[in-house]
Amino acid sequence: MVSENPHLGDQQEPMQEDSDTRPLSITSRRGPRSLPPIPSASRTGFAEFSMRERMREKLQAARSKAESTLLQEIPTPRPRRLQSPNKRELETEFGTEVRKAGEEVQRTQQDDFQSYSRVKFRDSVQKIKPKLPVPPGFPSAEEAYNFFTFNFDPEPEESQEKPKAKTRAGTNQEEEEGEEEEPPAQGERRTDEEELLSAKDEEDFLLGLDHAAEDFIAVRPAEYESVHVRLQMERELLFVPSRVTVPTYKKLPENVQPRFLEDEGLYIGARPEVPRTCQNTMENRLLTQEPGRKWFGDDGRILALPNPTKAFPSRPPVLTQAQDIKAELETLYKKAVKYVHRSQHMIGSGDPPGNFQLDIDISGLIFTHHPCFSREHVLAAKLAQLYDQYLARQQRNKAKFLTDKLQALRNAVQTGMNPAKPHKSLDTTQKAINEYKSEIRQTRKLRDTEQEKDRTLLKTIIKVWKEMKSLREFQRFTNTPLKLVLRKEKVDREADEAAYEAEIQAEISELLEEHREEYEQKMEAYRAAYQQWKAWKKAQRAKKKKKKQEHPVEEHPDEGLEEPYPGEEPVKPVPPEPTDQALVEQQVRERAARSRRRPGEPTLVPELSLAGSITPNEQCPRVEVLRREDVKRRSIYIKVIFNDKEVSRTDSRPLGADFRVHFGQIFNLQIFNWPESLTLQVYETVGHTGTTLLAEVFLPIPETTVVTGRAPIEEVEFSSNQHVTLDHEGVGSGVPFSFEADGSNQLILMTSGKVSNSVAWAIGENGIPLIPPLSQQNIGFRSALKRADAISSIGTSGLTDLKKLAKWAAESKLDPNDPNNAPLMQLISVATSGESYVPDFFRLEQLQQEFNFVSDEELNRSKRFRLLCLRSQEVPEFRNYKQIPAYDREILEKVFQDYEKRLRDRNIIETKDHIDTHRAIVAKYLQQVRESVINRFLIAKHHFLLSDLVVEEEVPNISILGLSLFKLAEQKRPLRPRRKGRKKVTAQNLSDGDIKVLVNIIRAYDIPVRKPTASKFQQPSRSSRTFSEKRAASPTTHSPTHSVDYPLGQVLVRPFVEVSFQRTICHTTTAEGPNPSWNEELELPFRAPNGDYSTTSLQSVKDDVFINIFDEVLYDVLEDDRERGSGIHTRIERHWLGSVKIPFSTIYFQAKIDGTFKIDIPPVLLGYSKERSLIIERGFDSVRSLSEGSYITLFITIEPQLVPGESVREKFDSQEDEKLLQATEKFQTECALKFPHRQCLTTVTDISGKTVFVTRYLKPLNPPQELLDACPNSPQATAELVARYVSLIPFLPDTVSFASICDLWSTSDQFLDLLAGDEEEHAVLLCNYFLSLGKKAWLMMGSAIPEGPTAYVLTREQSHYLIWNPCTGHFYGQFDTFCPLKSVGCLIGPDNIWFNIQRYDSPLRINFDVTKPKLWKSFFSRSLPYPGLSSVQPEELIYQRTDKAAAAELQDRIEKILKEKIMDWRPRHLTRWNRYCTSALRHFLPVLERSRGEDVEDDHRAELLKQLGDYRFSGFPLHMPYSELKPLIEAVYSTGVHNIDVPNVEFALAVYIHPYPKNVLSVWIYVASLIRNR
Amino acid sequence: MTAAGPSVFLLMVNGQVESAQFPEYDDLYCKYCFVYGQDWAPTAGLEEGISQITSKSQDVRRVLVWNFPIDVTFKSTNPYGWPQIVLSVYGPDVFGNDVVRGYGAVHVPFSPGRHKRTIPMFVPESTSKLQKFTSWFMGRRPEYTDPKVVAQGEGREVTRVRSQGFVTLLFNVVTKDMRKLGYDTGPPDTQGTSGPSPPQGIPR
Repeated sequence: MVSENPHLGDQQEPMQEDSDTRPLSITSRRGPRSLPPIPSASRTGFAEFSMRERMREKLQAARSKAESTLLQEIPTPRPRRLQSPNKRELETEFGTEVRKAGEEVQRTQQDDFQSYSRVKFRDSVQKIKPKLPVPPGFPSAEEAYNFFTFNFDPEPEESQEKPKAKTRAGTNQEEEEGEEEEPPAQGERRTDEEELLSAKDEEDFLLGLDHAAEDFIAVRPAEYESVHVRLQMERELLFVPSRVTVPTYKKLPENVQPRFLEDEGLYIGARPEVPRTCQNTMENRLLTQEPGRKWFGDDGRILALPNPTKAFPSRPPVLTQAQDIKAELETLYKKAVKYVHRSQHMIGSGDPPGNFQLDIDISGLIFTHHPCFSREHVLAAKLAQLYDQYLARQQRNKAKFLTDKLQALRNAVQTGMNPAKPHKSLDTTQKAINEYKSEIRQTRKLRDTEQEKDRTLLKTIIKVWKEMKSLREFQRFTNTPLKLVLRKEKVDREADEAAYEAEIQAEISELLEEHREEYEQKMEAYRAAYQQWKAWKKAQRAKKKKKKQEHPVEEHPDEGLEEPYPGEEPVKPVPPEPTDQALVEQQVRERAARSRRRPGEPTLVPELSLAGSITPNEQCPRVEVLRREDVKRRSIYIKVIFNDKEVSRTDSRPLGADFRVHFGQIFNLQIFNWPESLTLQVYETVGHTGTTLLAEVFLPIPETTVVTGRAPIEEVEFSSNQHVTLDHEGVGSGVPFSFEADGSNQLILMTSGKVSNSVAWAIGENGIPLIPPLSQQNIGFRSALKRADAISSIGTSGLTDLKKLAKWAAESKLDPNDPNNAPLMQLISVATSGESYVPDFFRLEQLQQEFNFVSDEELNRSKRFRLLCLRSQEVPEFRNYKQIPAYDREILEKVFQDYEKRLRDRNIIETKDHIDTHRAIVAKYLQQVRESVINRFLIAKHHFLLSDLVVEEEVPNISILGLSLFKLAEQKRPLRPRRKGRKKVTAQNLSDGDIKVLVNIIRAYDIPVRKPTASKFQQPSRSSRTFSEKRAASPTTHSPTHSVDYPLGQVLVRPFVEVSFQRTICHTTTAEGPNPSWNEELELPFRAPNGDYSTTSLQSVKDDVFINIFDEVLYDVLEDDRERGSGIHTRIERHWLGSVKIPFSTIYFQAKIDGTFKIDIPPVLLGYSKERSLIIERGFDSVRSLSEGSYITLFITIEPQLVPGESVREKFDSQEDEKLLQATEKFQTECALKFPHRQCLTTVTDISGKTVFVTRYLKPLNPPQELLDACPNSPQATAELVARYVSLIPFLPDTVSFASICDLWSTSDQFLDLLAGDEEEHAVLLCNYFLSLGKKAWLMMGSAIPEGPTAYVLTREQSHYLIWNPCTGHFYGQFDTFCPLKSVGCLIGPDNIWFNIQRYDSPLRINFDVTKPKLWKSFFSRSLPYPGLSSVQPEELIYQRTDKAAAAELQDRIEKILKEKIMDWRPRHLTRWNRYCTSALRHFLPVLERSRGEDVEDDHRAELLKQLGDYRFSGFPLHMPYSELKPLIEAVYSTGVHNIDVPNVEFALAVYIHPYPKNVLSVWIYVASLIRNR
Repeated sequence: MTAAGPSVFLLMVNGQVESAQFPEYDDLYCKYCFVYGQDWAPTAGLEEGISQITSKSQDVRRVLVWNFPIDVTFKSTNPYGWPQIVLSVYGPDVFGNDVVRGYGAVHVPFSPGRHKRTIPMFVPESTSKLQKFTSWFMGRRPEYTDPKVVAQGEGREVTRVRSQGFVTLLFNVVTKDMRKLGYDTGPPDTQGTSGPSPPQGIPR
């Protein structure tokens, strides 16, 4: 566009020089400032708008006019011109944007402060600019531009200002274009700089306007400075570096040649790309401003770091437009790329996967034999071949070379012999001469053979030619154009003869000399041998002599050593014969005659030419014509096979009469893989029928240096083994034929030929050969490494041997400056520098040390870091450690003590707490299991489910949806609000005091009442006298209301309830009577261990809630009866009646506990009784008689409600049949669908973490024989005894031991070994015992209070069912209202599972007949028969008898410890022990054990009364299974016996342990307080 | 002990929850709370707060301005567990239920000075289309069990969230004794931040 403009020169006038550009442009930029303020386009108001309208009209008129003129005058360029405005506009805009940035910087540097504000305006304008087209109705950019340019001309200042404007106007007139055509035209005309200018004009025009409009309030004529003045000024001020390329010598120091490091083979990174002009400008500036040349490198260029930009973007472009994405998503066709497995054929991954090119030039084919050859052809081919040989030999001319060499050597020998040169030492001369001589001999031999060969060849050529001639004559036609001409070259006979003779003479003399030397040598050898022989002879003789003298050995060994062959007799040497000179001469002459041209004989030079004429067809016999026709029918083509694949083929070319085929084709193979083989297959087509593969030609793969243009044409021979017999003159192939008439001297010729071809690597556009990297080759190893990755080329094994690596690096001439090799070079420098230490080990993460925060030692030493580490490992002791101090010194050593102790004690079994060693072991074992399980859970805790993080409504089914739709219509505040579920609180954001345990004590039934004194009086026979006396005193102390309330005179009870939890005690008010109603809510704070309120921690809280019922008794302590009138002095005593114990874990998992519990009342409660007779009298028997205990109704919950822990989300592996497992899942889902709340159990997890089918646990197992023997007559009693035995095994819930609802079932023997387990283990054992006793028994899964989901045992007696609580040993009838089991989910027998599908699940209302399929859904049925699962239980349980002595010892220790405890609990009082009472109690406890705490009260009381007549006695026996000491202490503490603070109180405490088999111990503790009556 | 130097450092944060941009929602309020490590303890000020309900501005910016002050001081022995402010924004949906409109968290800036932070806010997505519909219909959008979840990385892989808007916070951070305890949070950089700059690109 620019070049076609004729006005270019005109326009450029003011700015011919580059240096002028800047000032002018600035001028032009400043120009608009002087314009009167005109509102900018962006702020176009209505006034301007109307003006613009007018302008636009004008413009349009002008444009149409211009267009019409243009159409008339220059029709062809018009469309371009019309198009150009848009294009131009765009370009200018972009151009300015880019340029402007750079210029602004410069300007701010150069310009005065005034310009600063301008820059800002410019910025703001730029910001506004893009918004310009946005408001509708506003002019487009083009229009705006036109508008302003239009305005330029009429402006008077404008015309003054610039000559440019004038010229512009002038141009316009000249071209007769409308004004609106001007900007595009201008744009066209301008050079780049000028475009810039105009763009800037436009820009600054806007700017100037803006500026003026906003800054100047006062309107005054613009100050005008002449352009020339300003130019002048600016020229002084500004420096504009030239853009002309700086010659190199300027940039370098004087007289220094530029040095190009890259050419010297040093690594130079790629320089960043900088436009040439910028570089020039910079260089000019540097040269002018800083005269020093420090900025320039040795090569005369500006110093530059390697280009830091990566070749490929490291992340995908973020801002892609929508259509771009679409374009990216479009499917592209890509050619399939074959993946080559063998890596050596792959193009190295480091190289760009470019195409490589192999050029195969097949120029032609010549047959050296072909079936269609006639005999003459055969000869011709032979001749041609021989001639070729001759030519080749001639070219090399070996004979000549060797002759010359011989001559030179002879001369050398001559000069060496010359004594005129004595400066050389004799030895060296001699040595050299000898060497020469041997050399002469060698050379002579070689020359002779060569000459002979030449001669024979010549002879053969002549012979063949003669044969051919004779053949031609014989057959009377010629079909080859071959013609041999022998040229004779005359030689000077005399000289020739002389030379010949001289040669022969020289040879003879040499030979003679040679022979002489040989002779000498032989003589020498002979003499030595002879000497030896003589010596031997002598020795033999001496030996013989010595033997005669009978002198044995003395000198013999010496002789023996000297003798080379002691046992062998040396042959007497024969002296050599001297050579005959005549004989030698004769030999030489003979040889010369044979191999050499005779002297004077002309030299024959054969010349083969194709000048001969071929006999035309007409003159030939028929057979020859046939042959020629056959030849014509044949055509040849060649296939190019690359790596066993055909890649191309030549055209099919007819076979010429001279059996040459010219192809002249070049194949450019674009290859990807390294060429493995390159084969040409020669095919011959006869007529239109068949194509036969004549032969395969294997081409060598070219060296990498062989590139196109330099490759020589090579001829590769081929031959075929095909047999062809032809019926014409052709000799065929593989067929014997003869030249002789008699058929002798047969020849068999095979088809053969030569392909002339050349294979070379192509050269790419930039002159680089398109050769795949050499790394794939095994040859050229060293050179290959230059481009190959070091590790891949030497293999990783190379890296282990650093020395080898270094050697390799040295060999391969790695560029040490190449950053790619930096790590390797560093490694090598370390390895080879010697003194540095090379580790001979391998280390992972060798950089780890650098990133270590502190060294490991410091980490271990520092208490703070240790604490931090332990906390982050979630070690229980430190999991919630807050505010780890900032300094070590602030951490007390004490912190770690517990932890260290625990670690230390992990393997030490401590017997102090446990007393009993077996239990200690068990406890340790449990502890370990617990730890491992807890660790597992800690890991599991970090796996989250969506529900852990996000609260989301469940997927509603249609009914819920409908319900909720209905709910929408519901009143917001209904009159009868329904209870909403409390919001559950996740445990994480809780702290101490947030959680409370709420215990609501509602009422109790059948509390034991005080023994009425009256009854004692009525039955004196049963009570001892003293006791009744003591009691007799008491009625007066009782409050009168009692007697009033109770008309029958029975002493009432004033019970109250005390709840203790975590040593916090609350109690209710005192109610009255045996059926009190309190209805009080007690609030007990809960404190989590270690302040850790995580689910895991809460689950493992082992504390129990004790609910104790006391009777409040008032005693009159008034000493003196006389004061009775004036004051009341009573003491309140409380007597423990019973307790209920509920573990916190139960509350936690149940969320609330609501129900009536049986109060655990000691079997003997002195002074209290449940006088049933009286009740019966009162007529309440109907209901009460059923129950034997006292009951309390409670409601317990935790506020706020805590989310119970999730069960493990782990699927355990199983050894069960897969089918069975699927069936269990199916069964469970079916059951859950019908009755989601009923417990259905099919598989459980055994102690090793495997899933086991539940019926495998049930199997008849023998109870201890001891129990069976106890009451052999009564099966019911045996059953009760067995149940009691089972209940004596301590209860340990899984949730406590295993931290979550991970229901582990241990087998019965494991259970008995562990001596701890939860309901399931108890129930399984009990059920197994019952099965063994011959009962029908089932495991009953259901829920009970307070346990929640639990396992009971159901037995079927003759007519009814009994429900056994395995943990307490109690049994209930099916219809017992106080049965704690509230619902039944399923029954499990040894061979089946029955799921309760009855309407109700309360044991009261269901039918236990499992044979009814309508009531019980059985797991194994007809469709899935019971497969006969083997049991996991042992065959038989073996019981060891417990060591009685150990039990007795334990008993004493417990007693002692408990006494100490009681004394500890009474720190402010003296604790006296009544030994007499203690021994009495001790005697009594075995009785209790025997009778299992029943029906002994009366006897017991009687006895006690007898013995402790004058004491007021309150106490009771406690019975527990023994697990460890702590529960015993807790139980004693909870009774509150120690709380009595009467001054003269005495205590009695007795412990009895009854051992059952298998170390099951029943512990009885009798604790009592005695107050001596005065 | 006191002569030996401080054993804790203090971090005083004040500032405000300035404004938010939630293009689709209006009448929002926000809650904030701080999440910090075990070595941290608040010593003064409010750890959590709930703002007034604000409506969108009537101008083109359509911002929700709360200007809800934050003022809290922490002490700590260890920078591990540096406090994060967790924001959760709530507002009424079509049926008038209060639903969550965004969660977001950001660390309190480390270096003393004035810092402005813009937090992208997001909400958990429903797990299925049906649930999305029902949750919209019933006004029970998926929520985090605890807003503090957004301040921790653990377990987030199970959730899917959607972006909702932005909340701009202004922090003025003062630290004490950090350097004495060996924690250098860099030179105080107070020049970089300036007061709210007038929005650009709008003709005045």
